[in-house]
Amino acid sequence: MKLIRLKYTKWFNISKDGIAKNNPIVVAVLGICSALAVTNKVENAIAMGLGVTFVIMGSSLVISLIRNHIPPGVRMVTYMVVISTFVISVQSFLQAFFPIIAKALGAYVGLIITNCIVMGRQEAFAVKNPVKYSIIDGFASGMGYTFVLICVALVREFLAFGTILNYQIASASWQNWVVMAMAPGGFFVLGLFIWGIRELIKYYETTESAS
Amino acid sequence: MKNLFEIIISSLTNQNIALIYILGMCPLIAISTNVKNAKGMGIAVVFVVTLTGIINWPIYMLLKSTGTTQLSLLVFIITIAATVQFLEMFLAKFIPKLYNSFGIFLPLITVNCVVLAVSLFFVNREYSFLETAAFSFGSSLGWLLAIVLLAGIRQKMAKYSNPPKGLAGKGIVFIILGILSLAFIGFTGLSLF
Repeated sequence: MKLIRLKYTKWFNISKDGIAKNNPIVVAVLGICSALAVTNKVENAIAMGLGVTFVIMGSSLVISLIRNHIPPGVRMVTYMVVISTFVISVQSFLQAFFPIIAKALGAYVGLIITNCIVMGRQEAFAVKNPVKYSIIDGFASGMGYTFVLICVALVREFLAFGTILNYQIASASWQNWVVMAMAPGGFFVLGLFIWGIRELIKYYETTESAS
Repeated sequence: MKNLFEIIISSLTNQNIALIYILGMCPLIAISTNVKNAKGMGIAVVFVVTLTGIINWPIYMLLKSTGTTQLSLLVFIITIAATVQFLEMFLAKFIPKLYNSFGIFLPLITVNCVVLAVSLFFVNREYSFLETAAFSFGSSLGWLLAIVLLAGIRQKMAKYSNPPKGLAGKGIVFIILGILSLAFIGFTGLSLF
């Protein structure tokens, strides 16, 4: 009984870490490129989030399976090859079943490879831990990432087009705030979002010293 | 020739890869605390991106002629990793002075999205070889510009300003980037000829 409870806490803790306490975007500020570039529409954000989650889980699984056989010198290249295999499958999947989203995301699907979150989880977790925990960890990080993406996308799509998931929400007199669909909108919304979440979880960075 | 010049200028300004396409953010935010490091990283990026752009173009043509373009991602990333590794060893052996000034940034570049993005963009836009070379050079120069600008602002800010606690550190960087990006959007419609 005690063993089960212990296990439960570990699973629970890993998931909580990934989604809230160590949220890859808010706390570690990783994987920003795609978080900003694809969040002008909610549907893109969902596709991207799920894609990244799948890639993290898949590559965590593989890396964690072969973790005892990877020579330390070629660690990075091994991660790259494994990750890009999964990214290619995500890309082909999107092109086959969701061609519109694939077109909207464009090169950014391929750029999941260089998403620091994926690489970071392999290096920080999967290479040291057994398979089941690595998958949970990958899932949690991916969900934390998806959560931020969807929140930012909701705000941006509403302000920029007056719609959410392509349904008209705002009244007809709504003036589209076009800059929100472009880069500056992403920066501002994500900046404010990070501020809000950090106030909520009371995570403060110590002021950096000017070196 | 005119076309090439246009590609370079536009990828420096209104198509800036960092501020408009929002790529290469992780190193942009992590290494922009002071101008000196920012410059080192930026120059290393210019080298690597230009080189890999030029190398990846013929490789992509080879893939295209054999009909295996799905593999392009895998091939590009391996080329990039190999180029970075090679450049690092080459500099350490033959130009140690240069190596000491930006060698430490080289391993970080493999995971810089700018490098891969340039390779993916020239595929999407069907650039010719010269256009690819111009585009890689211009984009990486644009990234250098962005990181140096950002580092300059952050260096001053760290001394004189006092942002709210939750925004301090990396939060405020997004606001700075947003304003910079607004300014760069102002270049839209810029025409030289």
